[in-house]
Amino acid sequence: MKKHQVEHFLRKLGKPLVKFIISLGELTLFIVKALYHCFTPPFYVKNFIKQLLEMGFYSLPVVGLTTIFAGMVIALQSYSGFARFGAESAVASVVLISVTRELAPVLSALMVAGRVGAAMAAEIGTMRVTEQIDALVTLSTNPFKYLIAPRLWSGVIVLPILVLIGDIIGIFGGYVVGVYKLGFNPANYINSTLQNMESIDIVSGLVKAAVFGFIVALMGCYNGYRSKGGAQGVGQATTNAVVSASILVLIFNYVLTEIFFSK
Amino acid sequence: MEKVKISIRNLHKSFGKKRVLTGVDLDINAGESLVVIGGSGTGKSVLIKCIQGLLTPDDGSIKIDNQEVVGLGLSQQKKFHDKMGMLFQGGALFDSLSVWENVAFSLLENKKTPREKAKVEAIRVLRQVGLTPDVADLSPSELSGGMQKRVGLARAIITKPEIIFFDEPTTGLDPIMADVINDLIVESAKGLGATTLTITHDLASARKIADKVAMLYQGKIIWQGTVKEMDKTENPYVRQFINGSSQGPIKVEV
Repeated sequence: MKKHQVEHFLRKLGKPLVKFIISLGELTLFIVKALYHCFTPPFYVKNFIKQLLEMGFYSLPVVGLTTIFAGMVIALQSYSGFARFGAESAVASVVLISVTRELAPVLSALMVAGRVGAAMAAEIGTMRVTEQIDALVTLSTNPFKYLIAPRLWSGVIVLPILVLIGDIIGIFGGYVVGVYKLGFNPANYINSTLQNMESIDIVSGLVKAAVFGFIVALMGCYNGYRSKGGAQGVGQATTNAVVSASILVLIFNYVLTEIFFSK
Repeated sequence: MEKVKISIRNLHKSFGKKRVLTGVDLDINAGESLVVIGGSGTGKSVLIKCIQGLLTPDDGSIKIDNQEVVGLGLSQQKKFHDKMGMLFQGGALFDSLSVWENVAFSLLENKKTPREKAKVEAIRVLRQVGLTPDVADLSPSELSGGMQKRVGLARAIITKPEIIFFDEPTTGLDPIMADVINDLIVESAKGLGATTLTITHDLASARKIADKVAMLYQGKIIWQGTVKEMDKTENPYVRQFINGSSQGPIKVEV
């Protein structure tokens, strides 16, 4: 290879790398700034409550539907799978563990990323391109405190609550399939669920949920806040918010599982 | 000698390789209305945004009341934002809030005025800009362009600021509505005794509002004077701009 070919190759390799490092730095600065404003007054309680409703209450149907079907399908799958080595009786605990540790937090976070993260990016992005964020600044209001801190707080608080409700609904879904389709005795099913329940199952799921809630809100705010160039830019920001939140949720799900359960 | 309210020296701002402001020098006296004219894309908006701290200049100095504002953090800027108001080109009304909540935003969020009192004050200012109280509870998206401008103006003047910025106040309005807005701008600025900085390419508007006119071209102030002087000047750039001719020293980049 000639010298200029090597140079060309290195340049091709380096450009995206530099770009990636720059955006990683921008994101880090954004997080530091956002966290600082999350803990310093003034706090906009009204905006926070509005986000709680928007993110939490209105997500209940979606989360409920997702988790009930997840619980049902796990009951069905584990029954037919475990029949191979005669361990059908483990269905109740398999449903319990998979719903509380994995399915409820991950599926809820993905659904909320699609529903709320996208809406956040679109709303903040539109405010950016129509100069509403500039207007906030000129009205002596810090957009990080007014827009971003309430959303991050509500993400961290709301998702664990949603997941707790999702846990109950998901286990109920497993129960319905177990009792009415697979013919388990209702009392036995409930007993075996309760006996196998350990606090780490629930707690790890809720901690995951808090982290996922932060990720979803952060990606919505970050992508919205830096969007530019009119309707197309806002559309791009919305897509980026959902995609990046979903990927990060799956990555952090593995990392947190590793922290909680690998010994 | 008159008191200088805003003093800009050697202001530079580039975006990547594009050099937008290349050494702006400008003084605005207290209580004066200065209109900056110039073609599209000559950096008029960038100038206003630098003064307000929405953009950080690359080089140069901006002094308000003799205090340097370049390089201040958001919390220090707050002190200056408290004495400024701005009317944005598109209104920039918050669409999650009603009209009166928009107008009373500063009162509600910064001064912690009780809602009933803030609403009364908002309706008073809305009347001042020629809007009836029944628009107060509407959402900004239900208003026409002219009405949105009026609401934006009401929001800018409710705190009785010392300095008001107008970003293309008449763009997108029919000539009659534009004149109504011009009247309102003159009235409210004179009423408050405020210093105002307007950027526009609408000469009718400039003639009506301005005590002084400055022309921005290629990132510099190339001419300034009164409206009368503007009509008499021999400056070929200004002549071309006010005659609206495609022939002359100003080359339009296509």
